[in-house]
Amino acid sequence: MTAAALAALRGRSRSLWARLGEVDPRYLVSFLITLILVLGEARYGILGGYDRLAISLGVCVATELALARLVGGRGAALQSAYVTGISLALLLKPRAGLLWPFALGAFLAIASKYVLAYRGHHLWNPSNFAISLLLVIAPGSVAILSHQWGNHLATNAVIWTFGLLIASRVRVLHVTLTYVVCYLLLAAGRSAIVASPLMAELAPITGPMYQLFIFFMITDPRTTVSSPRGRIVVAALVAVVEAAIRLAADHHVAALSALYPAPPILALAIVGPVAKAVDLCAFFHNPRPSP
Amino acid sequence: MVHGVTSLRVRRLALTTVFVGAVFVVIALDRGRPQALGRESGGAAAPGFSLRNVAREVGIDFVHHAPTLDPRIDNIAPLVASLGAAVSVSDVNNDGWPDLYFTNSKFGFPNALYLNHGDGTFSDVAARAGVADLNRPGEGVSMGAVWGDYDNDGLEDLLVYKWGYLQLFRNLGGLHFEDVTAAAGLRHWMNSNGAVWLDYDRDGLLDLYVTGYFRSDIDFWHLQTTRIMHNSFEFATNGGKNRLFHNLGNGRFEDVTDQMGVGSTRWTLAVAAADFNGDGWPDLFLANDYGPEELFVNDSGKRFVLTRAGLESDSKSGMSATLGDVLNRGRLDAFVTNISERGYLFQGNNLRLNFLPELGRFQQGAEGVIADAGWAWGAQLGDLDNDGRNELFIANGYVSNDRSRSYWYAMSKVAGANGNVFEDARNWPAIGTASLSGYERSRVLVNRGLAGWTDVAAAVGVTDEYDGRAVALVDLFNRGVLDVVVANQNQPALVYKNTVVPGNHWIAFKLVGTRSNRSAIGAEVTVEADGIRQLRVVDGGMGFASQNDRRLHFGLDGATRVDRLVIRWPSGARQVVEHPAMDRLNLITEPPSAGAVP
Repeated sequence: MTAAALAALRGRSRSLWARLGEVDPRYLVSFLITLILVLGEARYGILGGYDRLAISLGVCVATELALARLVGGRGAALQSAYVTGISLALLLKPRAGLLWPFALGAFLAIASKYVLAYRGHHLWNPSNFAISLLLVIAPGSVAILSHQWGNHLATNAVIWTFGLLIASRVRVLHVTLTYVVCYLLLAAGRSAIVASPLMAELAPITGPMYQLFIFFMITDPRTTVSSPRGRIVVAALVAVVEAAIRLAADHHVAALSALYPAPPILALAIVGPVAKAVDLCAFFHNPRPSP
Repeated sequence: MVHGVTSLRVRRLALTTVFVGAVFVVIALDRGRPQALGRESGGAAAPGFSLRNVAREVGIDFVHHAPTLDPRIDNIAPLVASLGAAVSVSDVNNDGWPDLYFTNSKFGFPNALYLNHGDGTFSDVAARAGVADLNRPGEGVSMGAVWGDYDNDGLEDLLVYKWGYLQLFRNLGGLHFEDVTAAAGLRHWMNSNGAVWLDYDRDGLLDLYVTGYFRSDIDFWHLQTTRIMHNSFEFATNGGKNRLFHNLGNGRFEDVTDQMGVGSTRWTLAVAAADFNGDGWPDLFLANDYGPEELFVNDSGKRFVLTRAGLESDSKSGMSATLGDVLNRGRLDAFVTNISERGYLFQGNNLRLNFLPELGRFQQGAEGVIADAGWAWGAQLGDLDNDGRNELFIANGYVSNDRSRSYWYAMSKVAGANGNVFEDARNWPAIGTASLSGYERSRVLVNRGLAGWTDVAAAVGVTDEYDGRAVALVDLFNRGVLDVVVANQNQPALVYKNTVVPGNHWIAFKLVGTRSNRSAIGAEVTVEADGIRQLRVVDGGMGFASQNDRRLHFGLDGATRVDRLVIRWPSGARQVVEHPAMDRLNLITEPPSAGAVP
């Protein structure tokens, strides 16, 4: 390849990257979760039945349409419903034959945006709220992500590549990277504290639950705080609370056992709304409307 | 304007009410499933049978001992060394009373052969018979056994599969056995947890399929590497290679694995053989850990074809493969056990309803109590109350240790990770004294037909919390009822004597092959009575590390007579018997001139 051809290729790449930056970030996020869905279902059958997807997606969209009209006072946030519906279908793995967790989980996820709001803003990422709630109040019926997408490096690599690319374009990469760095440092600390192999403590972040968590939950612009510095602090706090949950699990603290199946998701459910509420108080002079 | 604000407030209040109501509905639905994970249903009709552990009374005092492995994997030794408790049934001395063989898995600890004296007592004759001292350094430890008359001399021979060298014992009669492994060409080191006798080419000689779990290059007492574990929790293919040995008829076996296309490396824990698609040739059904089940369809004895039968994408943790006609359709369905644990994992057991002849696939039929039993291991289908329908006995529990410490969280750290991480045993968190799905009770599920299944375990007297592994069904005392024998890991064996409420009739058959293999393994028997058809197959090994009584037992409910009996012999011959005698064991020898299967 000649120097001229290389330069042309670099030029086209820059042009593509720039055009990617012009795309509405919501579409990029939707694209990423659709990619995960299609890739995972085609390769590993991660859904466990299309009825699960149809129910969670259908209830999310229907609830969003209904509530936006009834109590929202503005247009429905269908993109949010779409991402939430797919997230629930991917992450919830209930007992054999149960479909109600998808229906009720989808309703609670979307309704939480309208019910659990503060100063016009919802506090929880919808899927984070629904999954956390179901895990805590219905552990006999719901588990999280028993499908591990084959534990294959190639699939993870594709998702991480697209995920990082899109996180960069939608300007939340600092959140993702802060959490990842903090997780790695804290994992090393936990490894030393509980005398567990370092690889065992690092292992979870290579799995699919974390991919969904890192790219769709902790970075949700609607439920993160307003300043970049604040978002970095919150991401670090989530990692710290998660580490605390994990240490409690390692020490078999029975009182917190409901938190052990999904420490990052429950850590975000604890830290996220508190941080958002504090942020809203501080920045009340410039509220943005909730969807 | 004020009216509009008020209306909005009312609507918000209504939404909040519905929201809170939905939360309570979730709680109610979660707690309102009485049969979920550990609890039994109430209100169902009283079961028509009861089970009582009589092991000590009858002289069966067998206690399994787990293997001690290379210290390099001490961190997860209780997990790896959690297999080996097995039980298989055979009438080793042809006295008409079924005997029991239990395997042990620790160096220096003997296997046991409990001879049934016919008076309600048993005694261990393994040492005298030469089938006790099998667990020795350099030779490996026992993981299970299957009985079959491979030389057609009328005496049941014994194959012991091990983490170590396979061992084949020829039954010489008079309770004497000869180790013929080397002469038979079977001295292969395998890390096996299952085997089945079958006559795949219908030549009248029993062939042998042995499954591999861990790779066969692994010597658990001299590990060269700690990269011995699976490389995926869902689609692992780095397990031991299964092997098919063709019986040459001269006392020797030939490894035909590759030419027959059955060398799966999918961490097979259990195998069952039967003709699923009705073409007259026995197929192989594999329950694989860390992967989907597999069906190898037999192409006229010339080769096996791995068939897409609705199994390939449903990856779970298959532990046991048991066969039975669940809905009395005259069809053999397959039940495969898996894992369920509150909050962590709901894989669910599989009830594979056989629609291969019509649809070319199995259909999932497991819901409710049959799906989620715990960390399920061995299971067997059999008519425990003689009502003409199969009940299901499921043994549960993995590692019972400290009740206040669970390894589930620790395992979840590596379970979602990249396969390269957990393939290396060193990367697993140490289990220490923690339990993993320990102290789980067994399930006894009564078959209500299309109405589903009801768990009656406690009601019928099954309350133990041992770490159950192998289950075998056998009419131990020749009373016309099926008793249940359970081999527990690192714990005592249980013998549940069954008492059935009087009134239901039964019929049983002992088949003797002539053109077929003498054990008649693979023979299918269909009983038609009172408009109901039931199908059973003579068992060459099924469930997990177990083999049922080769005699076939059918409950008949209130039927006053059996209309007819249809036998499909392994040779392909078809035999019809009109009105066989009820409430007794019928001895049927394969006729030399029975018609061929249409």
